[in-house]
Amino acid sequence: MPSNYERWLDAEAGPVVRPYALTQGRTRYTGESFDLVATVMATRIFGDPSSLAPEHISVLQLARVPTTVADIASDVDLPLGVVRIILADLRELGLVVISTPVVMAERVDKHTLREVLNGLRGL
Amino acid sequence: MDYGVSDVAGGDRQYRAIKILLAGGFGVGKTTLVGAVSEIRPLRTEEPLTEGSLRTDSTVGVEGKTTTTVAMDFGRISLRSDLVLYLFGTPGQQRFWFMWDELAIGALGAVVLADTRRLADSFPAIDYFERRQIPFIVALNCFEGARRYEREDVRLALDLDPDLPIILCDARSKESAKEVLIALVEHVLVTASEEPLSGIA
Repeated sequence: MPSNYERWLDAEAGPVVRPYALTQGRTRYTGESFDLVATVMATRIFGDPSSLAPEHISVLQLARVPTTVADIASDVDLPLGVVRIILADLRELGLVVISTPVVMAERVDKHTLREVLNGLRGL
Repeated sequence: MDYGVSDVAGGDRQYRAIKILLAGGFGVGKTTLVGAVSEIRPLRTEEPLTEGSLRTDSTVGVEGKTTTTVAMDFGRISLRSDLVLYLFGTPGQQRFWFMWDELAIGALGAVVLADTRRLADSFPAIDYFERRQIPFIVALNCFEGARRYEREDVRLALDLDPDLPIILCDARSKESAKEVLIALVEHVLVTASEEPLSGIA
């Protein structure tokens, strides 16, 4: 019986294809973890695009110039969790390299803080 | 986690992506502030529903739903080609702390945006940053029509340390939003100068 609750499933509730269908239901990625602002870069042009899902190809194309995990997620308009799984797949295939920015190692150093300060003042 | 030096940034300079967190209750002006000072972009995260959120998000009729979409305010400010600030605005409620735990790793610091009419909304964020010793400042968004409080009244109400900066801002103004970020970086610099290096093996 249709109920009022069903109306809740409108566009706001998300796409008809649930995002994790794109990852074959996986909700966690494998391999070394990486940060939201880790740098991503494609290693080489992929040989056989037909072996990759369209979303994987889109992500790979964005990584042709160094970018970050958050930038990619925003550009492809997929949830971060899904993009991370796609990135980990591409990493496993050797198609992208993901590295954490050096400032992630610890607290941001003073030299960088001063550079940020100068940069902000110059905006 | 891989904290190694990136070798993919290309060129001689390291690409540095720096995270700044912006926390505060719903409707406090986080999106407005991020939009005032940076190019704001959509960013969603799809997270499993936790026991906590199951209590607040009704899943009646959609019992199969096990994940929830959370929108974040996401802004990017390129200071130089190799130095980029990333602003992440997240709701202040405890149920979103799973997002903060990741956002906080390696972050420069945080801004707690507060509305003087609903100061209590900023308690969870302040607690969170204090407990994890993440440097932060409080920015009071001065809504029109809201009573102007003295900063020291707010300090008392929020039980903040005497040296914690509290600044007044207008989240709609680029200059004002910029001043907020500058105040945060200055605070972090002062804090870094006072504290001996610790926790680094």
